[in-house]
Order: sequence, then structure tokens, then C-alpha cells
Amino acid sequence: MRWLLLKDLQILRRSPLLLALLVAYAVVIGLPVGYGISAPPSKPKVAFYNGVAKQDNAFDLGGREVDASRYAEELFEDIDPIRVDSREAAIQAVKDGEALGALVVPSDITQQLQNATELPGIAEPPTLEVYYNADNPLKRRYVEQTVEARLAEANLALSGEVTKVAANALEVLLDGGPFPLPTGTIDVLGLKRANLALEGVRDGLAQDDPQRAAVQNVIAFAEVAIQSLDFAGPVLGAIAAPIKVNTNEVEGGSGTLEGFAVAAAVTIALMFVAVLLGAGMLALEREEYAFGRLVRGLVRPTSLLVEKMLLGALCAFLVSAALLGLLAVFQPVSLSRAPLWLPALVLGAAGFSALGVAVGALTRDVRAASLLSFLLSLPIAALALIPSGTLGDVAYDAVRGVSAAFPFKPTLTALDAGLNDAGSLGLPLLHLAALTAAYLVLARLALRRFGAR
Amino acid sequence: MRAEAVSKSYGSRAALKAVSFAADRGEVVALIGPNGAGKTTLLSILAGIQEPSSGTVSVGRKEVGWVPQQPAVYRKLSVGENLRLFARLERVADREAVVERMLELTGLAEREGDELGKLSGGNQQRVNIAIGLLAGPPVLLLDEPSSSLDPRQRARLWELISRLAREEQTTVVFSTHDVGEAERYADRVLVLADGELLFEGSARALEEAVGSPQRDFEAAFVAFLRNRGH
Ligand SMILES: Nc1ncnc2c1ncn2[C@@H]1O[C@H](COP(=O)(O)OP(=O)(O)OP(=O)(O)O)[C@@H](O)[C@H]1O
Ligand SMILES: [Mg+2]
Repeated sequence: MRWLLLKDLQILRRSPLLLALLVAYAVVIGLPVGYGISAPPSKPKVAFYNGVAKQDNAFDLGGREVDASRYAEELFEDIDPIRVDSREAAIQAVKDGEALGALVVPSDITQQLQNATELPGIAEPPTLEVYYNADNPLKRRYVEQTVEARLAEANLALSGEVTKVAANALEVLLDGGPFPLPTGTIDVLGLKRANLALEGVRDGLAQDDPQRAAVQNVIAFAEVAIQSLDFAGPVLGAIAAPIKVNTNEVEGGSGTLEGFAVAAAVTIALMFVAVLLGAGMLALEREEYAFGRLVRGLVRPTSLLVEKMLLGALCAFLVSAALLGLLAVFQPVSLSRAPLWLPALVLGAAGFSALGVAVGALTRDVRAASLLSFLLSLPIAALALIPSGTLGDVAYDAVRGVSAAFPFKPTLTALDAGLNDAGSLGLPLLHLAALTAAYLVLARLALRRFGAR
Repeated sequence: MRAEAVSKSYGSRAALKAVSFAADRGEVVALIGPNGAGKTTLLSILAGIQEPSSGTVSVGRKEVGWVPQQPAVYRKLSVGENLRLFARLERVADREAVVERMLELTGLAEREGDELGKLSGGNQQRVNIAIGLLAGPPVLLLDEPSSSLDPRQRARLWELISRLAREEQTTVVFSTHDVGEAERYADRVLVLADGELLFEGSARALEEAVGSPQRDFEAAFVAFLRNRGH
């Protein structure tokens, strides 16, 4: 077995192009997929046209200057704006696919806001224009939701301003004082002072004066008004302060996103190298017709399978360890945790390689072995990376069942646990050991079934 | 070496139908028959690569040297590396000396370090044959060993085989489509067609079995098959 292993390593060494391609492929696929699945979706690009001239930005709200564009800027928190010069340019950017959507602030938005606050219920509500690219419904919905969420916040902030102004007006109504009007500031008497004045008038009237009862009625009304308005102030204040959101994170399986990305990238690299080499090098024995020679008593078929499994696992281990070293530059890999992640790497390599050997036992030549390896690997990885919550219960259970039959999920879980202290390590390691043994048995049966020639 | 009622079927197709024959020590037996007759199937069962569907074979794998129809060698390894690897796996005692002898025998000593895949088909076949001889087995099975060799190499091959049979008492069974070779170098010929053993005996006996006189052995062989409906 040792000589066969050395022979295979020698063959690999003499196929540098193939080996380089394999490693490059594993890394080139592994890295972006690893990071792609764990990165949060990036901000959608949205073309933005602000028609409001800088000096027209402010509008008057009960004498307070409010900057309208401040509310438009609220929208930018979750999107990546491409600023353009006209509404047409904004729409064109969507048509060209440069932006997923366009947001247009009309030039009269300030006036619209002004009207809305002065003539509530009569003036049209201020309107922003949003354009979507409809050819990708998924992205369209994402932009839509983002814009809607942001718009709700802008509305909330604006209504806060309005309530503040209203509360202020109430105060003036109650206590009196200067009140700004478009025509100029006037001095308001205020209900409380008006009441005092009325009380003075009432006391100056004779007890039997018929006007006394009338004045008394007005005083009683003013008192009720004062009490009600006193109460209305705090109510308005409560409305102005929106519901506060207290965010709490529920403890999840994975440590950090970056840590998980490293585990995923390494798992993908492990998979490609181990499955392809395990399958390809076993199939090569048949392609070279050496298989017949070997199994006639020179090597036991089981030893041959174990040798190929070790070969694939060894190479995959080296490649993924190198990749891990490379990734450590960006995302620290704890060396003190090596006793935890090394077994994950080793057993993951063994599991994938055993799967490869089973594939190789089913095929007669290297091309078929490679093709079958790819056909198997890609969907297995895709299935294992489906997050919970994206599928229905039954479908997700089915996906989990299928994933459990292949080494991807347990390797990823074990590596995530070993590298990032996320979840338990023992169970996935046992799972991998069981899968390795099962695939070797499967390979042995396949060899018996498909015979040697 | 003895084969008793060896049958082999692939699914519903019978590749071998109860073939029995025996070969003595030092005897050279030729296996001839049309394409798909079952020659390779019979030889690979004798070599222990396949199990027969029924019947028995009296030799163990260890006693058999095997030269398959397609060169079974590693094309990425050099000539020397191939010989050394199989010598190791065969647990040949005096490895280096044996490898030296094989290099000389194949006339490839000066190409020892060349990658095998870069050799011509005939030269690859020479290494293929040499690997079958490495362990000095008491029984040697060769599947169309001469088909890709040039005339000089053929002569060397048959010379070697005759010497092995004569001096080492090696039992040799080979298949060939060159019936002239069978006539010249084999003590006995076996005619196989559609998995059936149609004839067993000397070349002369086959010619006699045809009855009417023929131009040569090849013509006699063709006539024999035609008479038997093949
Ligand atoms: N692995 C296999 N699976 C199915 N059928 C097979 C297999 N190997 C051989 N056969 C069939 O068995 C029969 C005998 O094949 P075999 O290779 O023994 O013929 P042969 O006499 O060596 O022919 P040739 O002179 O062309 O080498 C053929 O019909 C072939 O199709
Ligand atoms: Mg054949």
C-alpha cells in the first residue's frame, strides 16, 4: 500500500498542470462561495435625483425651519445612491441596469410639505417618485422593501416635527405668548390669562347683573378647555415619541459571519480536492488497465480503496490547511484551538475522499469519474448551505436528510465548531467517521459488482 | 494447469460455455478464435482477475504471470519505475537484478528513465510483457502479446517464450489472431468460437480435421470455422 501511495504521489507530481488547476479551482470556488453565503446582501444601487435646489430645501413648519432634504437622506441609509442630474437620467440608469431602482425627489417637494402642514386633509400629501426595474422580481422586492422601510422612518420623523409644532401651538393657546404667523408674529393672550381676565370682569359685575351668569358660563367653559388642553399636551408628546425598538440577538449556532465564511471556504476546498482525487486516481487504475494486475493478489481490493482514500484525504488536507493559513491573514485562526479543528479537517478530508473513492469505483475512466464528482459535489454543497427558514418544514427536513448522507454538512459543522467555537464538535466528527466507513463499504461493493478487467 | 467446465456469462450473454482443458508444465498452448470468441475472458479467469460463473481453475493467482491485451502500465511513470513498482508489489527477491534483466530483455535499457506514455505502442507492450515475467511464474498467460510488435521484437518474444518453456518448464498459454504464430510456436492449439471450445490438438490435427487439403494453416483454420458454422 505504501508503494502504491508513493506511486500515486509521483504521478500527481508529474501532472503539475492538473494539480494546479485542481487547487486553484478549489480555492477560487471556495473563497467566493464561502464569503458570498455569509456576507449580508450588499446595499442595492439606487439612482437618486434630488430636484430641490439647495436654497429651497427648507420649509416653514409653524415658524420652524425644517430641512426637507434631511428626510430624503433618511432613505440612503440602506441603499447605495448613484446621484444623477435629472429625472430622465435616473430612469435611464434603471433601464440600463446600472441601478436597481430610482428615487426622485420632485423640485416642489418643499412646497408640497408646506401645503400639507398648512392645509392638512386638503392639499395632496407630499409625494416621492420611485422607479423599479421589474425584470428581477427578487431584487425589485428588496429595493421596494428597503425604500418603504426608510420612507416610514422619514414619515415618522416628520410627524414628530409636526407634533412638536402642534404641542407648541397648544402651549401658546394655553399660556399665551408670541406666535409666528406668515403675516408676522402676534402676541397671543392665552386661555389661562383670558380666564383670569374673565374672572375679573365677573367679580366687577353686581350680584344680580343678568350678564354675570353668561360670563360665569364662559369661565366654566374656559376651565374645562384649560384642563383638557393641559392633558392634550402630554398626549401629543407621547405620539411624537415613537415606539422604541429594543433589539436583542438570540444566540445562534455560528460564531461570527467571517468565521463561518472561513469554515465554508475550507469545506468547499476539501470537497473538491478530496472527491476529485479519490475518484480520479481510482478510476486511473482502471483506465491504465493496471487495476486487473493489482487485484490479482498483489493488493487486496480493500487496501487499494483505503490507499486511494488516504491519497485523496492527504492532498485535500494539505490544500485546505494551506488555504486556512492564507485565510488566517484576514480572519485570525486560533492555533490553540488546533486540537479541535485539526480532527475536523482530517475527518472531513477522509469523508470526502471516501465519497470520491465510491464514485471512482462506479466509473471506468477518469473523465467519467470527474464528471460524476462534479455532478455530485455542487448540489451537495448547495443543499447543505440552504439556510433554515427559506424552505417549508417538510422540504427543509428532506434537505437535511439528504445533507446528512454526504460529508459536506458535518464537515462544515465540525469546522465551524472547531474554528469558531460554534456548537458541538463530537457529533459531526462521529458522523464523518461513520460516513467514511459507509462510503468505503459502498466502494467495495461497487468494485465487486462492476468487476475488474 | 487445468480448467474444468469454466463458464462465464455477462447478464444474459454467455461469453464462455463450459470450457475444459489442461496444460502440462513446459507446454505452450495457443488460443485462437474470432473476435469476441471469449479468449480474453478465458485468460482473465485463468489469471484470477475474474471469477467464473461456474467451473473451476486449478492454478492460484500467485503462480500466474499475466500479460493483458492492453498494456497495463502507468504512463506517467518511467520504464524503470514501472518495473520496480511491480517488482516491489510482486515481492520479487532480487529486485534490482531482475529489473536489469528485464530492461535488457526488452531492449529498453537506454530508455529506462523515459516516461512510459511517451514510448511507442510496441515499446509499451514490451514493458507490459516484461512486467508479466517479473516474478518468474510457473504459468504465463499472454493475451495477444505480439499484436503490436515489429517482426524483430516478435522473433525475440517467441524465442524468449520457447526458452522459458524449455528451460524453466513454464506453462505458457497465449491468444493470437496470427494463426501462423500458433502453428509455429505452440505445441497445441485451442479453437474458441462463441464461447465454445471447438477444437483441441496440434495444428496438424486441425488441418486433418478439415478434411479437404488447404493452402496453409490459416486457410485450414478459416475452413474449419466455416464448416462449424462460424
Ligand atoms: N465486461 C464485460 N461486460 C459484458 N460483456 C463482456 C465483457 N467482457 C467481455 N464481454 C463479452 O464477452 C464476449 C467475449 O469477449 P472477449 O473479450 O473474451 O473476446 P475475445 O475473444 O478476447 O475477442 P478479441 O479477439 O476481440 O479480443 C464478447 O461478446 C464480449 O462482448
Ligand atoms: Mg481479447
